[in-house]
Amino acid sequence: MFPRPIQQSSTGAQWLYSIALPVALLLWLFPLLGVALTSLRPASDLAQGNYFGMPSGIAWENYIYIFTETPIGQYMVNSLWVTIPTVIGAVSLSLMTGFALAVYGFRANILVFFMFVAGNFVPFQILMVPVRDMTLQLGMYDTWYGLALFHIAFQTGFCTLFMRNFIKALPFELIEAARVEGVTEWRIFWYIVLPLMRPAIAALSVLVFTFIWNDFFWATVLTQGVDSQPITAGLSSLNGQWIAQWHLVSAGSILAALPPVAMFFLMQKHFIAGLTLGAVK
Amino acid sequence: MANATDTVAAAPMPRAASRWNQRKLAPWLFLAPGLFMFAVYVLWPIVQSISLSFYDWNGLYNRDGEFTGRFIGLQNYRELGTDPAFEVSLWNNLKWLVLYMLALPIGLFLSIFLNQTVRGIRLYKSLFFFPFVISQVVVGLIFAWFYAPNFGLFYLLTEWITGDGTAILADPDLVTYGIIAAGLWPQIAYVMILYLTGLNNVAPDQIEAARLDGAKGWKMLWYVVLPQLRPATFIAVIVTVIGALRSFDLVSIMTSGGPFGSSRVLSFYMYEMALGEIGLRMGYGAAIAVVLFAIMMIFISGFIWKMWRDETQR
Repeated sequence: MFPRPIQQSSTGAQWLYSIALPVALLLWLFPLLGVALTSLRPASDLAQGNYFGMPSGIAWENYIYIFTETPIGQYMVNSLWVTIPTVIGAVSLSLMTGFALAVYGFRANILVFFMFVAGNFVPFQILMVPVRDMTLQLGMYDTWYGLALFHIAFQTGFCTLFMRNFIKALPFELIEAARVEGVTEWRIFWYIVLPLMRPAIAALSVLVFTFIWNDFFWATVLTQGVDSQPITAGLSSLNGQWIAQWHLVSAGSILAALPPVAMFFLMQKHFIAGLTLGAVK
Repeated sequence: MANATDTVAAAPMPRAASRWNQRKLAPWLFLAPGLFMFAVYVLWPIVQSISLSFYDWNGLYNRDGEFTGRFIGLQNYRELGTDPAFEVSLWNNLKWLVLYMLALPIGLFLSIFLNQTVRGIRLYKSLFFFPFVISQVVVGLIFAWFYAPNFGLFYLLTEWITGDGTAILADPDLVTYGIIAAGLWPQIAYVMILYLTGLNNVAPDQIEAARLDGAKGWKMLWYVVLPQLRPATFIAVIVTVIGALRSFDLVSIMTSGGPFGSSRVLSFYMYEMALGEIGLRMGYGAAIAVVLFAIMMIFISGFIWKMWRDETQR
């Protein structure tokens, strides 16, 4: 193991390490903690310049205010309307593309695979004008499905890479044996491969959920109003209205961060497995 | 889908031939929906953007639904050459690329720091990873608060040290560095988790052998551990480069390119040109996007080249 386990060091070093850990964490998360505390600080404290002293009380009313006086609840619902269909769509499409690229040795295989991988790295701006124009032409501008359709297509690139590598690592004898038995290709996919894909599906679902929930660029390009804007774009426009009302900005930020954070803590193992794909041989 | 393949199988052909046909056809049927979506939303728009960069177009159609753009050849690209805002954006992109690479050593250092088995370490690792999970919009707002003049912690810190507070987001010379620091926060977390996974898979016998030979500290890291972390380093470089070139969210949230356009990057300037308040210059915006695409293409080709080598070696 590298570095040498701390248990093998002197008691002094162990003691130092046990202090350094929480101190480092505190410093690392300092900006976040500050915002979390500000979100619970009464507006009157901030007005009097009491930014970091003892708060005069815990102001849950900041959260109540943004829920009742601003459309933040609606924005969060909008985000779900974009995020959940995207997760379902991208995972389903990539299960099939990943299966095709992992199992069949046709000639264009590697070419199609690299195309998916390369497309995944493309800067968004090169897609922006045509995608926005097409969405407008199809009458899907400013709708959840207009945004979700784009996300499904784009995420399919990354998901295909993931699924294909995952299926490649499965024992190919399973498929061979089924073929000898005369099982059709579709049934091989459905009854043999799909049940083995659960960990991959879980990992990709959490990842795609987080990516799409946090997307800001496409939310600004393809949506506009309160009725369809997701939380990221909504928070940005609220921020424009709340100039220097930091207790509200903070509360809004914490709310927007909550769902992906919860997702991460619930599905930590899958999340890390998805992100670190390829980091080990 | 199900019907398509089932029909092929059920067709009254000789069994072997139908089997062969099925295996020829199946991959394309499985690929069809994904490939279609990808072609419509990713591949075709790239072609369209490139051709649009030779036009002057305000994004509108005439009453009959016809495209109103005017072909102007390389005019947009010539204009880029003399556009000071483009030059600023390009320089800033370079700063992002270079400084973002700091995420690698810092992330590696953090992962080494955290690669222990003491009580509660799992929770520590998760909490260190936190910044990556939250939206860049939120990261931008958090740092805007951190940098805020008069009461922001950073401002107070500089005031305490130098006697004069620095409002970093209002200073044209420093603003880009301030935004990059905000971007590094989640990026370091990502690199850290990549290296933690890598460290987990370092061969223990090699470490022990090196230890018996008297290797330790920096030497051990450089000659024994880092070579084994190469796959992690490779992925970390790729995601960091992409992250640096995709720096739209933070610039948009923290400064909107200001003050005086000094924190613009290509991705943000392109948006400003095509959809922002400056105007609807779709063709010019497309030309900026093509430049960004070309820069990214250098890295994409490198990645594909390495993947191709790995695939064919197997």
